[in-house]
Amino acid sequence: MGPQNMEKLTPEWQTFDHIADIGIRGIGQSVEEAFENGARALFSLIVEDISAIAIKEKREINCSSYDLTGLFVAWINTLIAISDIEGLVFGDFRVCINDASLFGNAFGETWSLEKHGRGIEVKGATFSEAVVKKEDGLWIAQCIVDV
Amino acid sequence: MDSSRFKRVSECVWQIPQSGEMRVPALIFADATLLTEMDDKVYTQLTNVACLPGIVKAAMAMPDAHWGYGFPIGGVAAFDPDRGGVISVGGVGYDISCGVRCHRLHIKKQKLLPKLQELIDELFRSIPAGVGSTGKIKLTVSKLDDVLRYGALWAIEKGYGHHDDLEFIEEHGRVKDADPSKVSATAKERQKKQIGTLGSGNHYLEIQFVEEVFDREAASAFGIEKDDVVISIHCGSRALGHQIGTDYLQILGAAAQKYNIPIRERELVCAPIKSPEGRDYFKAVGCGINCALANRQVLGHLTSQVVKKIVPGASCQLIYDVSHNTCKLEKHLVNDKMHKLYVHRKGATRAFGPGHKELPKAYRKVGQPIFIGGTMGTCSFILTGTKTGEELAWSSACHGAGRSMSRRAAIKKWKGKSVINSLRNRGIILKAASMRGAAEEAPEAYKDVERVVEATHRSGLAQKVARLKPLAVIKG
Repeated sequence: MGPQNMEKLTPEWQTFDHIADIGIRGIGQSVEEAFENGARALFSLIVEDISAIAIKEKREINCSSYDLTGLFVAWINTLIAISDIEGLVFGDFRVCINDASLFGNAFGETWSLEKHGRGIEVKGATFSEAVVKKEDGLWIAQCIVDV
Repeated sequence: MDSSRFKRVSECVWQIPQSGEMRVPALIFADATLLTEMDDKVYTQLTNVACLPGIVKAAMAMPDAHWGYGFPIGGVAAFDPDRGGVISVGGVGYDISCGVRCHRLHIKKQKLLPKLQELIDELFRSIPAGVGSTGKIKLTVSKLDDVLRYGALWAIEKGYGHHDDLEFIEEHGRVKDADPSKVSATAKERQKKQIGTLGSGNHYLEIQFVEEVFDREAASAFGIEKDDVVISIHCGSRALGHQIGTDYLQILGAAAQKYNIPIRERELVCAPIKSPEGRDYFKAVGCGINCALANRQVLGHLTSQVVKKIVPGASCQLIYDVSHNTCKLEKHLVNDKMHKLYVHRKGATRAFGPGHKELPKAYRKVGQPIFIGGTMGTCSFILTGTKTGEELAWSSACHGAGRSMSRRAAIKKWKGKSVINSLRNRGIILKAASMRGAAEEAPEAYKDVERVVEATHRSGLAQKVARLKPLAVIKG
């Protein structure tokens, strides 16, 4: 799990409470880093040990929305769909954001029960608690995921 | 929530009077304790729903209501297409047509017990569960379209079950308003390998026994009596439903802007039922419903095969299969006239009362069976629909216990292994695909299902028929 202390912001990924589901949050020096860390928070739920994910596969990702918050939800949903369809899990990400469009790469490998463990199935990213904002000089990107 | 914010209509019915932009009042069905324990978001979300165009009578919340996406979980609302009524993604949810089916085994608990471990082990091997699991059925996209068109009928024609089952599935196993061309290629790609899988989260397969019968006539109609063993399966439309929700959130978001519908929460995005976007979403939801009905039919058949193999003399006969995340076109009485309404039930079970022509003949006198999943350590319930429920809440009832503790708090408090051991000490076997999932679903992380069911019964939404106790559980 990532560090949970929210008192002083540092670039990292976190999960946070929701009564029925669970929140994912990425914090970064740039909006891109916040999106990348948000994706790490997502895969920390899907596998038991995100650090066990090796970089063997690369997938290009393009998505867009009508604002930055919508883009973060679209980014997470695109990753969920690719992971689901191809049976891949990702542990590293690089993205470029231009207005409400994103181009990026996700790096990872085929999921294996023995290697990565079984976390929880994430059905989709939602707009609940969804926000992309700058706070104390750092970017935060977050939303609740339906599990 | 502070109960002084409500007008108490009766013991278990609380009203938020119409004010501001609300087009109708809001109603919460709950006892005083459940209402007090509900989060304030239920109040906000319910009043938001009451502001939507074309809503009829009231925005409603069932006794297990809690904070959801746009609609509260446990939210019910009906819209009149002839009065600008809308269809909303938040009113259906991401797991379209998630629901419960229940089978009777024609065997008593005592007779099953010596075979229980073997039965649950074999079911765990045969039913794919948990993240990353795939079913034995692999379909091409064009074959998947048949699933989306024909629902449980598709499954039966492929050899999963019998035609007799259809009478005991809502909509006779298939909604006709389903058009696969309204479902994205991504949604279909995600679903190709997922037919016949249980999923994870709060989905389960549970072997239970009838601990107590409250209504002998209804129980007898459903073919159960004290100590009988049943198997309940809780799951939905898997990845397809989730992707339809995700896709239409964007489509209806744009539509709400196009038709100038003010949106108070992003997941409450909606479109007029009579608009192209609204019609497309309804047809996509129909595909989600058919997918869920097919999925549960396949799981039911796999379960039946295992039961017959492991337990001599037992069979696995469907009592009923009903969903709790849907939008359906139904006829209801409004001011003494029949109206066709689009009824959204998000975390609420359709609950037709006695005499409804959609019900199987055997149940028509007593009403539709409703299955309320409790927790794997406590109990579940079978209820039946009532005439009063038709008048009160468009024939709707609660759907489960509802969480009282977040998943993160639960995994901090318990370990999967300790949950398994604690259940074992109570005589319940838990087979979990994920230890994390087992901890998250610890019985203590849920509200008291008995109180939810009691409030449902006392408010007249539905009537208690039987209480079920778990013997063995599979969690995804």
